[in-house]
Amino acid sequence: MNRINSYEELQKINQENSEKLKMRTPSHEEELAVENKRCQRIITVCGGTGCQSSDSTKIMDCLKQEIEKEGLSDEVTVSITGCFGFCEKGPIVKINPDNTFYVHVTPADAREIVTEHLLNGRAVRRLLYEEPAVKQAVRRQDEMCFYKKQNRIALRNCGFINPEDITEFIGAKGYLALGKVLTTMSPDDVIKVITDSGLRGRGGGGYPTGKKWYFAKIKEADQKYIICNADEGDPGAFMDRSILEGDPNSVLEAMAIAGYSIGASKGYIYIRAEYPLAVNRIMIALNQARELGLLGNNILGTDFHFDVELKYGAGAFVCGEETALIHSIEGKRGEPTNKPPFPAESGLWEKPTCVNNVETLANVPAIILNGADWYSSIGTAGSKGTKVFALAGKINNVGLVEVPMGTTLREIIYDIGGGIKNGRKFKAVQTGGPSGGCIPAENLDLPIDYESLTAIGSMMGSGGMIVMDEDNCMVDIAKFYLEFTVEESCGKCTPCRIGNKRLLEILTRITNGNGTEDDLKTLKELGQIIKDTSLCGLGQTAPNPVLSTMKYFWNEYVAHVKEHRCPAGVCKTLVQFEITDKCIGCTKCAKNCPVSCISGDVKKKHLIHQDRCIKCGACYSSCPVNAIIKV
Amino acid sequence: MSLVTVTINDKKLQVEEGTSILEAAKSANIYIPTLCHMNLHGGVEHNPGSCRVCVVEIEGRKNLAPSCNTMVAEGMVINTNSIRAITSRRTVVELLLSDHPQDCLLCEKNMHCELQALAADMGIREMKYKGEMSTFPKDFSSASIERNLDKCILCRRCVTACGKIQTVSVLSAVNRGFHTIISPAFGLPMVDTNCTFCGQCVSVCPTGALTQVNNTTKVWEALNHKDKFVIVQTAPAVRAALGECFGDTSGKAVTGKMVAALRAMGFDKVFDTDFAADLTIMEEAAELIDRMNNGGRLPMLTSCCPAWINYFEHEFKDMLDVPSSCKSPQQMFGAIAKNYYAKKMNLNPENMVVVSVMPCLAKKYEASREEMKNDVDIVISTRELAKMIKEAGISFHSLPNEEFDSFLGESTGASVLFGVTGGVMEAALRTAYEWITGEGLENVEFSMIRGLDGIREATVQIKDREVKAAIANGLGNARILLNKIRNGEADYQIIEIMACPGGCINGGGQPYLRGDYEVLKRRAGALYEEDQNKPIRKSHENPAIIKLYEEFLDKPNSEIAHHLLHTQYFYKEIS
Repeated sequence: MNRINSYEELQKINQENSEKLKMRTPSHEEELAVENKRCQRIITVCGGTGCQSSDSTKIMDCLKQEIEKEGLSDEVTVSITGCFGFCEKGPIVKINPDNTFYVHVTPADAREIVTEHLLNGRAVRRLLYEEPAVKQAVRRQDEMCFYKKQNRIALRNCGFINPEDITEFIGAKGYLALGKVLTTMSPDDVIKVITDSGLRGRGGGGYPTGKKWYFAKIKEADQKYIICNADEGDPGAFMDRSILEGDPNSVLEAMAIAGYSIGASKGYIYIRAEYPLAVNRIMIALNQARELGLLGNNILGTDFHFDVELKYGAGAFVCGEETALIHSIEGKRGEPTNKPPFPAESGLWEKPTCVNNVETLANVPAIILNGADWYSSIGTAGSKGTKVFALAGKINNVGLVEVPMGTTLREIIYDIGGGIKNGRKFKAVQTGGPSGGCIPAENLDLPIDYESLTAIGSMMGSGGMIVMDEDNCMVDIAKFYLEFTVEESCGKCTPCRIGNKRLLEILTRITNGNGTEDDLKTLKELGQIIKDTSLCGLGQTAPNPVLSTMKYFWNEYVAHVKEHRCPAGVCKTLVQFEITDKCIGCTKCAKNCPVSCISGDVKKKHLIHQDRCIKCGACYSSCPVNAIIKV
Repeated sequence: MSLVTVTINDKKLQVEEGTSILEAAKSANIYIPTLCHMNLHGGVEHNPGSCRVCVVEIEGRKNLAPSCNTMVAEGMVINTNSIRAITSRRTVVELLLSDHPQDCLLCEKNMHCELQALAADMGIREMKYKGEMSTFPKDFSSASIERNLDKCILCRRCVTACGKIQTVSVLSAVNRGFHTIISPAFGLPMVDTNCTFCGQCVSVCPTGALTQVNNTTKVWEALNHKDKFVIVQTAPAVRAALGECFGDTSGKAVTGKMVAALRAMGFDKVFDTDFAADLTIMEEAAELIDRMNNGGRLPMLTSCCPAWINYFEHEFKDMLDVPSSCKSPQQMFGAIAKNYYAKKMNLNPENMVVVSVMPCLAKKYEASREEMKNDVDIVISTRELAKMIKEAGISFHSLPNEEFDSFLGESTGASVLFGVTGGVMEAALRTAYEWITGEGLENVEFSMIRGLDGIREATVQIKDREVKAAIANGLGNARILLNKIRNGEADYQIIEIMACPGGCINGGGQPYLRGDYEVLKRRAGALYEEDQNKPIRKSHENPAIIKLYEEFLDKPNSEIAHHLLHTQYFYKEIS
């Protein structure tokens, strides 16, 4: 590829390549026109980590083989693409211009896709997604409930372009925002657009991005830095990984725009070393961008220089905190320092530094191209634009969704997420990662944004959303999250290092049935003080799961402490398995019991000898008639 | 700097922008308790904000702010004693106590522990939080420093002292969360690291996590052994600080009372390391002149400080011929005591016990070096001596002033300066001047090289010769000078280095400073005063030293002097 020497050249390349992408956004007529026909087609196969671990690479290989076998190589292209977000149904394969979305594809399906779809122009019905509510197959992505309410801005190129081909990115308007900025806007203009758009940090804090850039810009220094925070640590959250895997150039472009705005010529991407695929895609994007002169010296023939280097994180959760991240890049122990000074004033190597999260950056080029008004028209009064959420837990449609700020939890969990698994009852949703709070059913209709989540004792965080049903014990859940934060505390400040450890010990006592009413009082008081006195965001939010579950599920705590009972039947020491009169005497439970503590004659009600029971639950799961209950 | 107006506990005050809330409050006589915060030497402020003891409430701020590293801002309204702030502070201390051994009565730092003092001030009477306690292996590997990390509260003062001030960087935080500990890399025992045993970490440790190796029992055993002839030497810096252990803050040396106390404790002879300091000057000045006249390696570096010796043995293997080959005064004293004094007194050196009282913890290690041949048997610090005096029930203040025993107790004003940065240089110049010029030195005070600045330089005119001298105190400053020499950017003839900031008056074995560097100035003043009051102020005029050469050593750098008073250095690979 040749170096691109001006914005005009870039625009030309954009036009050439956008033609190629047209087939992927067919009109209704174009879609119908190819029905039952052999024609030029593009097959995109999800190349995200999830689908790849379910053999999507092999699916691609098989498709290519079959295509060659059938002599279709000239008319059909198979291409990799980024995550579609509907991970529950992966691996996903999409065929255009038919606009056909296949789910749960296996390598063995390649043959049928080629013979049925490519040769005959007919969709393979059994690979289509079936909408559970209406039990009907849906062929088109935009007609699925999962996608209907989504507005994909940060994820705009994921599942659309080949992340390993920069020309496709340029075809999708890639680097046009950078070109526009470098040739027609002053740094102040750019900061104004970002400020006016209302974009706020998507990594957790929600700090206005434009403001952050402004403070870094006004600080004078011989060197400044842009850091992309890709140290995604929340369990269950994978939006940053997906963006980097599916659209790495967007992040690079945004970093260059940010660099131009604040006066930085160097950027770092601090990425978890456990994201090998994302690392690989960024490396490819970096090399291609450098080759085209979109990074490096004199970008697009201007006097702006900017380049990006990768730094690998070792998987410490606290390194997502910007000061800890900076220390880690500097080769120091990854632990936070007091703010102020904020990184914008004194950051990496004590130079003004702007740290932005991956998702935040992914929004930037779209805002530059479409304008601040467009972006700020989406969302709520205080939180503009969209937010990506990672749906996990007891929800039907596990995956990545992007919705406008202000969408209600009910819309996300029920309309998009397809509701609770196995028809169970919704109990709570935990947002904001391990240090977010648990939100009960009464708040399902809350339009969510930064403020509303904080107001109910949780937070936006990076956008993790873990759904719990009636089988979850909320004390146990609080304990689970605290185990994570205690493990991930850097150990620097007293409240987080010792305080959270003490909270965890109390919770462990309670779930073991040894808790006291004093313990409940201590949990509340100590939790509040830890929030109030900890050094960084990790400690300041770690008690959230405890405090929010105490607020909304107080009765469960009381049951554990006063009645020594776990209402959800989760806390082992508090659970007793009993056989009810429903027992048909099939002996299955007795056979499955590892400690032989169940006795009874065939076809007669059995009995569990509680003194020997280890509460493993093997009998409970093996009973064919649900005669065993937890009390 | 512009002024900002803040309100602290309803008091309006104006302070300079960039002042911490802690300092601003102090200026209004409001004292906020702290634990990790400390002013270290050279204006280095250790304020990691990690203990969270100093949190205060600021109007309009969501959470509490650490006052040590939150700067004041115009219009800030601060409440240091709101119920929220007080409860939080107490909770933080209670949390620290919940992971701290409850053995205050048995702790080396009992009554000197800042955590203990805080708990007392806060009136904590019960262990509110109970749970798992940290248990780490103790490190008793070295002759100087003991580490008992169960008592560590992770204030990181030692990390800053070792890393930023001394640039030795042996200690840093390892592991995470509740299991975080301050440790050498890979959990190595101190003796296997490049620790210089300067003891600055011990000086700043608020609790009993880092302490000196306590040798007081050994001293009592020796004193009570009927066959042993026990003599003691006291380093110059000890007399400048010992009084502080008995509540004296006058900045006066307590030499006479110290001698009386040692005699009362039962030492057979009470001698002075100052005698050996004079001897050191004889040897060192002679070596300097020899190097200058005969094209020897210049600059010559002083070698009195054992921590400094460790430092260059670890890190400057290409420069092992730069320091003077002279043993330190402590070891010269030991060598003379066992090889000369014993003979003179008809004593079997085997039955002689030489005890040193030193302001230094590295001296404990130095005495244990193989090439030092057990010339010094037991080393105790100033703090240990104070404890022994108290243990012996001696009423320090009611003691009369007594004189050192002759003749290893006779000394000059020059030698007493060894206790302060620049002192060895000044003593050496007094002698070198007279030896080189053959003329009497009228004004013996070289005021241009005095002071507590980290690096000082001076050119001294000695007749037609210019002697370029440099002084560094604190190992971080020493590194700067050594790198200059290594890179050929320095043409000094003589350099004095003391490992501890300020010199031996701030040694690792001295009474705790607690970040108050005014105390150092007073200690230095005490030594300069003692020099001034001495009738003889040049080492080579010490009659006992002159006699020693006449009777035994012949002349400086003689063969026997070389055998007994000089040593060599080894490269120690850092593991």
